[in-house]
Amino acid sequence: MTTTTASATTAPATSKGAGTPVLTARGLVKTFGRVVGLDGVDLDLYAGEVLAIIGDNGAGKSTLIKCLTGAEIPDAGTIELDGKEVHFRRPEDAKEQGIEAVYQNLAVSPALDVASNLFLGRELRKPGVLGTLFRQLDIKKMRARTREELNRLGITTLQDVTVPIESLSGGQRQAVAVARAAAFGSKVVVLDEPTAALGVRESNQVLDLVRRLRDQGTPVILISHNMPQVFEVADRIHIQRLGRCAAIVTPDSHSRTDAVAIMTGAAEA
Amino acid sequence: MTTSTETVSAAEHIFETAQTPVQRLRSILHRYPALSPAIVLLVSIIVFGMLNERFLLPGNLSLITQQVAIVGTVALAQTLIILTAGIDLSVGTAMVLASMVMAVMATENGVSAPVALLIGLTVGLMTGLINGMLVTKLRLPPFIVTLGTYSIFLALTLLYSKGSTVRGTDMPALMTWTGKSFPVAGVNVSYGVVIMFLLYVIMAWVLTTTAWGRHVYAVGDDPEAARLAGVRTTWVLRSVYISAGAIIAIAAWLQMGRSSAASPNAGADLNLDSITAVVIGGTSLFGGRGTVWGTLLGALIVGVFRNGLSLAGLDVLYQTLAVGILVIVAVSLDQWIRKAR
Ligand SMILES: Nc1ncnc2c1ncn2[C@@H]1O[C@H](COP(=O)(O)OP(=O)(O)O)[C@@H](O)[C@H]1O
Ligand SMILES: [Mg+2]
Repeated sequence: MTTTTASATTAPATSKGAGTPVLTARGLVKTFGRVVGLDGVDLDLYAGEVLAIIGDNGAGKSTLIKCLTGAEIPDAGTIELDGKEVHFRRPEDAKEQGIEAVYQNLAVSPALDVASNLFLGRELRKPGVLGTLFRQLDIKKMRARTREELNRLGITTLQDVTVPIESLSGGQRQAVAVARAAAFGSKVVVLDEPTAALGVRESNQVLDLVRRLRDQGTPVILISHNMPQVFEVADRIHIQRLGRCAAIVTPDSHSRTDAVAIMTGAAEA
Repeated sequence: MTTSTETVSAAEHIFETAQTPVQRLRSILHRYPALSPAIVLLVSIIVFGMLNERFLLPGNLSLITQQVAIVGTVALAQTLIILTAGIDLSVGTAMVLASMVMAVMATENGVSAPVALLIGLTVGLMTGLINGMLVTKLRLPPFIVTLGTYSIFLALTLLYSKGSTVRGTDMPALMTWTGKSFPVAGVNVSYGVVIMFLLYVIMAWVLTTTAWGRHVYAVGDDPEAARLAGVRTTWVLRSVYISAGAIIAIAAWLQMGRSSAASPNAGADLNLDSITAVVIGGTSLFGGRGTVWGTLLGALIVGVFRNGLSLAGLDVLYQTLAVGILVIVAVSLDQWIRKAR
C-alpha cells in the first residue's frame, strides 16, 4: 500500500491526461483463429484517473484488458508500465507488478472460503520453519487481513470470511473479487463489468470504491455498459469498436448520446 | 484444526441459509463431505455385527483392514486426481508395473532391497509424470490419457516380466515386510495398514494446510478462475499426477507384502475399485470437493460390505451387486448435496 501513497504524492492528478502515463499500450493485436479480437489498439492510463472502456458486445473490451493483465498474450504490440516495456505471459506476472483485475467471469473459486479466495495464488505462510520447510499456511493471519481489507474498502456485506464463496449472493461474490483486486492492485486496478450482476445499492458501493481508489492515486480501468455510471465516475472514456479504439472522449466533451453514437458507428468521432 | 469461534460462525451460517430440516441437513452434508460415508460405515458395522457375531472378532477386523490397505492407498492417489476434476484409469496397471520392477530388480538383477524399492518408486513417479504431461501438454481429457496409459503400462509390465510371477519367498525380506503385523489391543495390525494410514495423515495435512492443497481444490473447482487468480494450474496438475504416482509405488510395496508375491496379473480391479472408494467417500467427480478421509471411509465401507456379506454366506456376486448400488446411491447423494446453496 506504500506505493499507492507514493504515486499519489509524486503525481498529483490535477490535469487529467497530462504527465507520463502509468500504463501504455501501442498497436495491440489479438486474433483467435480467424476472429480478430483486437486490431491494433492504443491505450494510455494516467495516474489518478478512472478510464472507462465502453463498446458493443464483441468490440474487444475484455480482450484488451486481458492483454494488459497477462490473461492473454497479444500477437503484436507493446505494453509499457512506468515507461518500461513489459511482457506479461501469465496473470501472476502482471500481479507481481501491482496490476490487478476483476475479469468478467469473476474468477473466484466457489468451494473455497472468502479469505482463501482473497489470497488465492499468494497465500501467506507461517513464520519460521513451519512456513518455509513445512509450507504451512497462516490461516489466522489471512482471515484477519481479509477482514481488515474489507473494512478498509468499506465492504460491509461480508461478515464471515470463513464461508465458501458459493454460499454468497452474486453481489457478495462480486465484492470479494473487487476486494481482491483493490487490496493487491498497488499500480493499476482493472474491473471488467463489475456492476453487471448487481443491484443499485451494491453498484453504488463498487463505484464508491472506484472513486476511493482513484483518490488514493491508483488509476482504474472500468469496463461498463451502464452509461449513467460511466459518465458519473470516469475521467476519460475509451470507445472500443470492432477491435479498434474509435475515440477517446470525456464526460465534458461529449454527451451520452454522442458516445453511444460513436460506439454503434452511427457517428464519426 | 477449527477453533471454537470458527465452528460457531459455521453453525450460524447454516442456520441463516437453511429453513427446513431437509435443507439444513443438505447444507451440513455439503459442508462436511465425509459425514455421510462416516454414517454409512457406522451403520453397516452395527448391522453386520448384529447379523453375525464373527464379524466383530479381532481377527476379522484385522482381515478387513488388510484387505482395504492396498485399494485404500491407490484410492488416495485417485482422490488427488479426482479433486482436480480428472480421473485415472491407469492406477492399477501402474501399480503392477512398479511392483514387477521392484520384484525383478530385487531377485533376478540382484539389486539390494532398498535400492529396488527406490527404483520402483521412480517407476511410479514416471507413470505419474507421463500422465501429467499428456494431460497438460496435449490438453487431452484425463479419461482418454489414462485409458491409453492403462494399456501401455499393462503391456510394459508383461514385456518386462515376461508374464511370470515373482514369489515372495524368493525376495529379500524387506520387499514383503509390509505384510507383517503386530498386535494392538488384541487386533493384528499389519505394517502395510500403518503405512496406508500415515499416507492419509500426511496427505490430509498437506491438502488442508498448504497453498498447494488450496490450489488443488481451486484447479478442480474452476481451472480458468484459478489461472486468472494467479495459480500455476499446469504445474499444480503435473504435481498432482506425480504425487499420485509416488503413492501408487508405495501401494505396489504394500501389494507385495499382502500377497507375498509380485504378479503381472494382480491389480486389474484396482482401477475401478479405487474410483468406487473415492465416490462412496463423497468426493465429487466434478472436482474441487471432497476429502481424503472420505475416501478412507469409502474404502472401508466397500471392505466391510464385502466381508460382512461373505460372512452372511452370500455369494461374491451379491457383494458386487451391493457395491454397485452403493456407488449409484453415493453419486445421487452428491448430486443432491451439490444443489445446496
Ligand atoms: N478465447 C476466445 N476464443 C475465441 N474468440 C474469442 C475469445 N475471446 C474473445 N473472442 C472473440 O473476440 C471478440 C472480442 O471479444 P471480447 O473482447 O470478449 O468483447 P467484449 O468484451 O467487448 O464484449 C469477439 O468476437 C469474441 O467472440
Ligand atoms: Mg467482455
